[in-house]
Amino acid sequence: MSRSLKKGPFVEDSLLQKVLKQRQTGVKDPIKTWSRRSTIVPEFVGYTFMVHNGKMFHKVFVSEEMVGHKLGEFSITRTFRGHSGNKAAGA
Amino acid sequence: MPRIVGVDIPNNKAINISLLYIHGIGPFIAKKILKELGIESNVHAGKLTEDEVSKIAQIIDRDYLVEGQLRRQVSQNIARLRDIGCYRGIRHRKGLPVRGQQTQCNARTRKGKRKTVAGKKGVKEMRG
Repeated sequence: MSRSLKKGPFVEDSLLQKVLKQRQTGVKDPIKTWSRRSTIVPEFVGYTFMVHNGKMFHKVFVSEEMVGHKLGEFSITRTFRGHSGNKAAGA
Repeated sequence: MPRIVGVDIPNNKAINISLLYIHGIGPFIAKKILKELGIESNVHAGKLTEDEVSKIAQIIDRDYLVEGQLRRQVSQNIARLRDIGCYRGIRHRKGLPVRGQQTQCNARTRKGKRKTVAGKKGVKEMRG
């Protein structure tokens, strides 16, 4: 077992609290978060997160398959606007 | 020529080498299998007895994912990444390197043959 496994998944504490609170009350509002580094844990499944990408918030609906990934993986930080000379791609 | 797990027909090379012709069996696993059965690794594949061959096949069947099954699993894993729309999935979709390599130049394995674009740089300047 590697050391990182021993330490367990990292989830921002405040974020986990928010999710758990929503689970208790039963509401399912999108949770705005800057914590791209948080691992998606099974508790998150079925909730929507607004994940910051440095500029805006991307809506991420967490499905079961996403468990184990980080929130940041689902909110891309780059905008690709096509190559020069490639008019089809637009500005 | 002995047949092991389906279509694979390792030829008359040493058995530790001919096992590598099976997709999913590398030098490490090949060595491990032979050690478990106590077969010398430098015996030629053709010289193995029927019994030894079937024993090798049994072990591979029991412990390892090979050939079609392995290929299927790999492509399923990639399909999963594509479906959930994570960064790695997006890179797979676009046919770009997945593990953070640079793409300004090189990355030709993923990007394929160079596509020359008309009207890029030099051509534009001549018009202006």
